[in-house]
Formats: sequence, C-alpha cells, structure tokens
Amino acid sequence: MLLNEFLFLGAILFCIGVYGVIVRKNAVLVLMSIELILNSVNINLLAFSLRNGSADGQTFALYVIAVAAAEVGVGLALVLLVYRNSRSISLDELSEMKG
Amino acid sequence: MFFAAETAETVETVLKSGWFLENAWLIPLMPVIAFVLIIAYGKKMPMKGSEFGIASLLASLAVSVGAAYQWIQRVDSAAPEAFVAPVIKTWTWWESAGFSFGIGQHIDGLSLTLLVVVTLISTLVEIYSVEYLRGDIRYTHFFGALTLFSAGMLNMVLAENMIQLILGWEIMGMCSFLLIGHWWEDGANSRAALKAFFTTRTGDIGLLVGTSVLFFASNAWTQKTLGISGFTVRGLSAWALSGDPGHAAITVGAVALFIACIGKSGQFPLHTWLPDAMAGPTPVSSLLHSSTMVVAGVYLVARLYPVFFTGMNILGTNLNLIVLIGGITIVIAAALAFVQADIKKVLAYSTVSQLGYMMMGLGAGAWLPAVFHIFTHAFFKACLFLCAGSVSHSASHHSFDMKKDMGGLRKFMPITFATWIISTLALCGVFPFSGFFSKDEIIDNVGHNGYTMFMVLGLTGAFLTAAYMTRATYLTFNGKPRGAAAGAHDSHDAHDTHDAHASRGPHESGLLITVPLMILAALALGAGFLNPAPLGEKWERMKHWVEPRPEVISPTGISVMASGPGEARVLTSPRAEEAKHESPCGTTTPTGGICVAPQLDHAPFKWSKALMSMLIVFLGGFLSWVLCVQLYGKKNPKLVGLTQRNKALGAGYLFLQNKYYLDALYEKVIVHGIAHPVAQAVYWFNQNVIDGVVNGFGTVVRKVSGWVYRNVDQRVVDGAVNGSAAVAQNAGSAIRPIQSGKVNQYGALLFGAAAIGALILVIINT
Repeated sequence: MLLNEFLFLGAILFCIGVYGVIVRKNAVLVLMSIELILNSVNINLLAFSLRNGSADGQTFALYVIAVAAAEVGVGLALVLLVYRNSRSISLDELSEMKG
Repeated sequence: MFFAAETAETVETVLKSGWFLENAWLIPLMPVIAFVLIIAYGKKMPMKGSEFGIASLLASLAVSVGAAYQWIQRVDSAAPEAFVAPVIKTWTWWESAGFSFGIGQHIDGLSLTLLVVVTLISTLVEIYSVEYLRGDIRYTHFFGALTLFSAGMLNMVLAENMIQLILGWEIMGMCSFLLIGHWWEDGANSRAALKAFFTTRTGDIGLLVGTSVLFFASNAWTQKTLGISGFTVRGLSAWALSGDPGHAAITVGAVALFIACIGKSGQFPLHTWLPDAMAGPTPVSSLLHSSTMVVAGVYLVARLYPVFFTGMNILGTNLNLIVLIGGITIVIAAALAFVQADIKKVLAYSTVSQLGYMMMGLGAGAWLPAVFHIFTHAFFKACLFLCAGSVSHSASHHSFDMKKDMGGLRKFMPITFATWIISTLALCGVFPFSGFFSKDEIIDNVGHNGYTMFMVLGLTGAFLTAAYMTRATYLTFNGKPRGAAAGAHDSHDAHDTHDAHASRGPHESGLLITVPLMILAALALGAGFLNPAPLGEKWERMKHWVEPRPEVISPTGISVMASGPGEARVLTSPRAEEAKHESPCGTTTPTGGICVAPQLDHAPFKWSKALMSMLIVFLGGFLSWVLCVQLYGKKNPKLVGLTQRNKALGAGYLFLQNKYYLDALYEKVIVHGIAHPVAQAVYWFNQNVIDGVVNGFGTVVRKVSGWVYRNVDQRVVDGAVNGSAAVAQNAGSAIRPIQSGKVNQYGALLFGAAAIGALILVIINT
C-alpha cells in the first residue's frame, strides 16, 4: 500500500496551492490554487479510504468535487463582475474592503 | 413423439468454426471507431470524413461475408437435421449488486443474414451520399451520424443479450433523430425528427419493461440449467420453450416487447412517425427503411421467437396480437399510399405495409419466409429510395412532388428508370424477382397455418401494392415532364448549393449514384434465388443455412473444444428415426434437454396458389394503369375532380388524406388531453392554494410583527443593541489594521490560523 506516497503527493499539492493563494496577484490563478488545495484533500481522502477498505472517503471526495465545481462557478462569476467594474483582475487593486 | 427420457445416450456432433465467426464482434466495432475518427479528424480530411465511414463499412462487410461463408461451412459440417450451435462469445461489461451484464456476440444464421445485408446496404448508401450530399453544410456530421447509425444496428443484430440489444436499439433511435433532423433549419424537419424520436420512445418503454419482466421470470431457471443470465438471447429462447415460464410472466413480457417492436417497426397504430421521417436526406430514408431501424422491431421478434411463440400462443389459436397488428398494418398503410403526392411518402407507406407482411408472417409461424422477406425487401426498398433520390437530385430539382415536378423522366434517366422498374416488380412480387419468393411464401404459409383471414389480407395488400406502385411509376416516369422536371425551378431549397445541373434540365445522375443503384437492382432481381420454393427443397439454401433446427439438446451440451479455435461440440438427445419432423419443441415440454427453436411447418409450394396471387398483382397493376392514363394522361373529365364531386369518395379521400386522423388523435386528443388539464390544474393550484397560503401568511405576519415592533424591538432589543455596539466599536478600532483589504493577506492569515489550529490538535491528541 502506497499510503505514504499518496499523502506525500497530497502534502506537496497542498503546499503549492497555499503558496499560490498567498503569492499570486491574479484572481483566476488564486482560484486555481484553491482548486489544487481541494484536490490535495481529495487525494488524502481517497488514500485513507483505500487503506481502510471503505467507500466513505470516496463518497466524500465526490461531494468535495461537486462543491468545488460550484465554488469555482461562483468564484469565476465574481471575477467577471470585478473585471467589469475595474477592468482588471489584479487582487492588489481590490482594496475597497480596507477598514 | 419424443423418447429421450428412457435413453440417456446422446448424439455428439462436432461443428467447424473459423476466424471470422470467432471475431464477428469486430463488425459493429469498426464503424464505431470510424465514427470517433470522423468527429475528431473528419473536417481535416480530403474527403471530409466520408472515407473513414466507407472504409470501416467495407471492412465490416468483408468480415460479415467471411463469417457468413464460415457459417455455411459450419452448417455443412453438421448432420442434415442436427442442431447447429450459434457462435457465442461473452465478456463482462459491468457488474452491479451481484448482477453481471455481458457484452459479446451471438452469431447464427439469422444474425449473419442481417449483418451481411446491413453492412452491404450501409456501404452502398454511404457511397451514394458522397455524391448526393456533396457540398452540404454538415457533410462531416452527416457521415458521422450515418456511420454510428449502422454501428448501432450491427450491434443490435449480433447482441448476445438484451442489454446489449437495447444499447444498439437506443443508438439507432438517437442517430435517427440526428439524421431525420439533418436540415433542422426548416421547422418541419426538426418536428419530424422529434416525432420519430418520441413515438419510438413510447414503444421503448415496452422494451425496458419486457426485458426486466423476462429477466426476473427466467433468471433462476437459466442460471440453474445453463449457467447464464436471464438477459441472454440463448437463455431466454431456451427458457421460453422449457415449460418453466408461468403463463402470465411470459405473456406480459412478450406483449411489452412487442409494443417496442410496434414503435420501432412502424406498425399500426404507431406507424405515424415513419412517413414524417422522410424529412431527412434521401440516403437516410433509404437506409432507415430498408435494412436498419424499422427492421429492428421485426428482427427482435425473430431473434426472441420462442418468447413470442410461447407468450403469444402462436399456432395455438387462430388469432394473436402479432398477426393481427401485422395484418391491419398491411392494408391500412397500403391504402394511405394512394393519396400521397410525395414519391418518398409512397415508398414510406409501402415500407410500413411490407413490415406488416413480416410481422404477419412471424405471428403466423412463418418464421423463415418473414426473415427471407427482411432480406429481399432490404435490397429492393433501398433501391427504390435511392431511385427517388436520384430523380430529385438530377431531374426534379430537389422536389419530391410527383404530381407537380416529375413525369416523363423515362427518356432522361434510363438507368434510374430501369432499376426502379426492377425494384418495383420485386416489391409487387412478380415471378422471377426476389419479392415473389419471399412475399408469396409468407402469404402461402400464413394460409397453410390456418390463418385464412390474414391470407386474404395479405392478398389484398399485394393487390394494393401493385396498384400504388403503378401509380407512382406512371406519375414519375410517364407522361410529359411537369414543373421542375420540365425546367421550371422556382422552388429552390435552402440546402441546394449546386445549381449547375438545373440549367441542363433533367439528366441521368453520376456514377456514384447509378452504380449503387445497379448493384441493388441486381440483388433485387437475384436475391430471391437463395430460397426459391418453386424449384424444390434442394434449392432452398436459406432454409438450410438460416432456419434454426428444432432439436432437443442437452442443457450443458454446447461446449467449445480445445482442439480448434471455437469448434463446438453439440450433444443432442437421440430421436426415433421415423419422427424426424416431429420435434417436441414448441408443443410439449422436452424432457432431459432444452430447445432453442420451435418446430415449424412449411407449406408445400403449389403453382396454383402462386398463379392466383400473380393474377391479383397483375390485376392491381393493370387497373391502376388504366386509371392513371385516364386520370393523369388524358384528363378524363369524368374522373378528374371526382373526389370533389362525389360525397362518399370525397369523404374517403379526406379520411386517407388525414391519415385516419391518427395524428390528430395523438396530438390534439392525447397530448393535448394529458398536457392541458395538467397545466390547468397546476395553474389553479398555483393561483388558489399557494397564493392563498402566501397571502394569509403575509397578513398574519404583518399583524404579529406590528406587536413585536412596538414591544420587543423598541424596548428590549434596542437597549441590547446600543450596548453591544459600543463594545464592538472599541474592539473594531483595536483590530482594524488587520483589515488591509488585500485578499492575499487574508489568505495567509487563514492558513496561518489553520496551521496553528492543526498544531494544537496534534499536540492535544498525542
């Protein structure tokens, strides 16, 4: 059983995702990084589901995929509206929320 | 009589096999691959994808012919009356909850007959389409759908089990929708496509119901006796004749399956979609109406014949559902063909009527003549449709109206005319042409098996067929050119992109069109000699090769031998020599073995009967010719406009014109009757119940909220809110710097907090 290898892959993907969220300025790339994070979670779920020999983890991963799809839909819609308003999707220019 | 019970000894037969028989599953697979290639790369190819389709179908044709040749060798390697085992292969397709669904091949004489016919006609139709659709806007898609359509039919034909059969059946349904609605810009075409789809879907419910009913009724028996599931064709056939099935289960199953066949094969009362399906391009009509799609229903009855034989009690009584529907369809459709002005619609109703013959034959125990009629009908009907296409392509400027735009084309299109005449004679059943050998056999056997009334219906149908085909021939090829055929072309079609020929007037079509016509006409002329009853038993090769032998075989008797690839060893129960034609299959429960085909009788051929039906055909043709000459040629004032002057005739004409008001019944009464009250009820419920509840709720809420506002809100809540606001303000100014407005920073904070949380979790848990 390649449990360690799966978990390792998940961890690497997670780190790449976190790095992308923190460093990238492009809203679309940030969304993609979030997808990476979600999928790293999926890999972990599947790895443990395989080890435990139960389908629960796989079912949960399917839910995650569905939720992720919805999330990306909402996110891209937001990006589109932001672009219409400010003609840019750079996150640096979106600081109207500054307190 | 049958004596198997007392003697345990069995007779062993070793059957030959070969590569083509073993690998017949390639036949539907190659067009599927071609379909994928056409969709992926078709537009980039020099011939826009048609080369993939034609190449794959040619390859399938080669494999089919090879397999047919090896099947003949296999039959010859068995004893003259011994059972010839089909070549069955199964792989597990998918498994779910303990059920395993297979996919594979069931190759015997019946499936090979259809495989050869379908691949041959598909190939010819695709070659024809290269010329006919040249320059069409969706040329590549057309070839993709056409190739997948053939693949669906081929898959259905060699299906090993019902699930695989449904797969092919539904692929065909979908592709027919795409092809009929090929020119969907015209609203009428897309409506016709929808109508075809929904009408066949109505029947398909029966297919699903029937398959499930039969599976649950038969699975226990087939698993125990044969070790195969109750979906398999072989299992169902054996089960149906085993005496195991309860009367209700098999009857319900057979009736449900037959409803699917009514829908797919355009039998009365679901035949209405078939003439409308003429909206598609002519090659589609040709393929759809000759060897694929509409034949699927007839094929299903022939394939699972034991199920229908037992379920419908064929030969047991003088009337059953199949023979009744078939008989009605023959006459009703043939009568409709008289009032059509569209040449393709005449042919469409003729197809419906011919399918009625096949159904009637199957329902009356004339299995082989019905299957042979599928075989011959495919050639001459494909040829007739392609002739109609040729006429519209090269002479009448894309019009199919016989009365307005054709006439006198005999001189201009000699090849089309000759092939049309040969196919027409075959369709009418004139002696040396193929239709005679199959149609006459059906009528003869139906009468021989005691269905006298239906024999009369069959003869009436033959009379009507000769008459309406004479009318169509007269209007198209005789007299003077009219309308577009005479050079007037005001009715330009939207999809017509090559106008060059119009200025040249009517002329013969190119080689890509005429060569398929000639091949099909040759087959329409000669195919009958594969089973010519008048020439005696020795000539009836089709009967020898295709008809399954009603032999009692031991349940585990078919085994594949290790020595050669797929050579089978068949164990048959011994029978008394004198009882050769008295197999118990179909009448009594066989002991110690199984049957896969019922014992059927063949009518002995008599020239007197054949001459009588020939006389009827000639009478029909002659009367129709005289009427046509008077009506259309000489414009006899007594006949022209008779339907307007005579009330009774006018009413009949109107009745036929409106297709017995079946369309009106379906659309206005059934669809409207079901959909309209439902919509009304929903609207009423919406207006009264839901709105009432909502309004009442609103009133109550308003009153309650007024009280709450005055007492709770103003006094209790406001006090608390003002207090907490002061707290929040102080706290807010303390943590305001974190709200930088930078999303990335928020992200970093989020992950940082999550990391700390995870760390705490790890520390606590260890």
